[in-house]
Amino acid sequence: MTALLTRLMGRLPIGWLQLAHSRTRFLAALAGVAFANILVFVQLGILGALNDSTVAPYDLFGGDIMISSVDANTLTDGSNVARTRMFQALGTPGVADAAPLFIGNIEWQREDGGSSTLQVVGLDPDRPAFVPASLRAPVAGLRISDTVLLDESTRGLPAGALDGASSASPYRFELAGRAVEAVGTVSVGGGFTADGTLYASDQTFLRLFGSRSSAAPNHVLVTVEDGIDPGVVVDRLRAVLPGDVVKVATKTDMAAADLTYQTTERPTGVIFGFGVAIGIVVGLVIVYQVLSTDVADHLREYATFKAMGYGQRFFLGIVLEEAVILAVLGFVPGVAISAAIYSAMAAATGLPLAMGVDRAAMVLAGTIAACVVSGAIATRRLAAADPADLF
Amino acid sequence: MDGAGHHSAVPVAVTGLDHFFGTGEARKQAIWDVSIEVARGSLTVLMGPSGSGKTTVLTLMGCLRDVQHGSVRLLGEELNGAAEARRVALRRRLGFIFQAHNLHESLSATQNVLMGLQVHGRGDNALRLRAAHHILGLVGLGDRLDYLPGSLSGGQKQRVAVARALVSNPEVVFADEPTAALDKESGATVVRMLKTLGRKRGTTTIMVTHDNRILDLADRIVTLEEGRIVKDVRAR
Repeated sequence: MTALLTRLMGRLPIGWLQLAHSRTRFLAALAGVAFANILVFVQLGILGALNDSTVAPYDLFGGDIMISSVDANTLTDGSNVARTRMFQALGTPGVADAAPLFIGNIEWQREDGGSSTLQVVGLDPDRPAFVPASLRAPVAGLRISDTVLLDESTRGLPAGALDGASSASPYRFELAGRAVEAVGTVSVGGGFTADGTLYASDQTFLRLFGSRSSAAPNHVLVTVEDGIDPGVVVDRLRAVLPGDVVKVATKTDMAAADLTYQTTERPTGVIFGFGVAIGIVVGLVIVYQVLSTDVADHLREYATFKAMGYGQRFFLGIVLEEAVILAVLGFVPGVAISAAIYSAMAAATGLPLAMGVDRAAMVLAGTIAACVVSGAIATRRLAAADPADLF
Repeated sequence: MDGAGHHSAVPVAVTGLDHFFGTGEARKQAIWDVSIEVARGSLTVLMGPSGSGKTTVLTLMGCLRDVQHGSVRLLGEELNGAAEARRVALRRRLGFIFQAHNLHESLSATQNVLMGLQVHGRGDNALRLRAAHHILGLVGLGDRLDYLPGSLSGGQKQRVAVARALVSNPEVVFADEPTAALDKESGATVVRMLKTLGRKRGTTTIMVTHDNRILDLADRIVTLEEGRIVKDVRAR
């Protein structure tokens, strides 16, 4: 290792030799960096879970454009949209089709005594254009009243409870005082507002939510004709529909706006955002402490090098060499432990927590940058002092 | 060589040097109007009781401390007000031997000596390694090349420090109590090596010492007391 680094760097790898010389201190430093990584990863994981669980429900239905109430900041809050807006949309050039989307949360008192909050998505099974391609066949089977597709990943639901659920052998349960049959399953999982998802026809939805009316869905979904830019149709719809009552945006833009609202306006999003910021600050402090202690411990030796004619760049090189070694080697256990924590948290909460390559790369780059900056700051005392004052 | 690229007959010239430690009311003058010229190739010993200022004068002459008042010309360059980059460049032409050896604990004897060569930039690693091994052999450590300082005795560490200081053929060697940790024979060997360098290569040595055993080898003995030169004796 030393010979390889000497060849690569054209000088003795003082940083590496220094770290390797005191193994206990080296391991402690690596543990510090790994801990800083874990701190940041966990906070990013929670924030990422919020983001993913906010955006994921938009994949539960089809359509290119959404018409929503002006006060609907998310998929589930805000006023309903009058069905007449759907008919207005259907008369707009470029619109291929439009359909109502019903969404609501419902409490499911399970037979095992537990309860789960289900996000119920109500779609017209005869309008397959508004159903995700993978669900068109099972959703078509929901024409029979009080049949649903139940989320097999619902938080609290015992694993395997829905195995074999089909129209021939449905999973029967009670929901909102009605006997309901799960004739198939989906796998979505829990989020911050619900424990799982349930697909139903619009008619079954209205039976489950007795106070809701078919004349007032939560949103209106719109598909555009082939070859037409959805953005152009959005502008046309905005011109036709009253802007003080409804808002129109592509589904992608609506999901992005929902995410922005969740992370910047909702207390949970703001708190998780602060969690990430605090995680980064604490991580920086740990990394700086590790490197500044190392510099302080070797000050006498560095002073000797300074007396021999080594300049500040040389010391920066040593500390940066140490910084990169610590950042990379500390990252390995940090990312491994964080991935294990993600798995444990996902199993316990049902939240979509997974270690993505982009997140891992971002944290590694951030750790290297933090180590490098901390190392540069740590050598300032050395730069300012006369060698004779350091002996 | 001096700044113009020629060997200076007087590599170290000090004129009217004062030095202070502390600030405000705690400010205390440690060096009073010291003036001295050191001839090229000579071995000059600075003596005096503890606190007399000899190490301070040595570090001021050796570019290890900022000159506050007076003039120190080292290898033809004025140190008072010199930019850090010039001071760094000058230090590369010097050799330092410290009382506490100041070896890097995580580097082997050879690697510590290599640091004395590496300061001059990239070069032939094999050639440098041979030079490091050669000088370690000269100070009697040919069988301790890969030992870490923690595995060496005090005297052996000091000999590594001497090898490190001399390996790059410095023009001036500043030594602070270099023989304090050495037995009589090792101490004499080190000083004789410095004398030989002076004779063969014109290396100038300025040494702070309490060691009366090596005074016979000095070309000049300067005695300081309370920050002033009180005696300046040249060998005949």
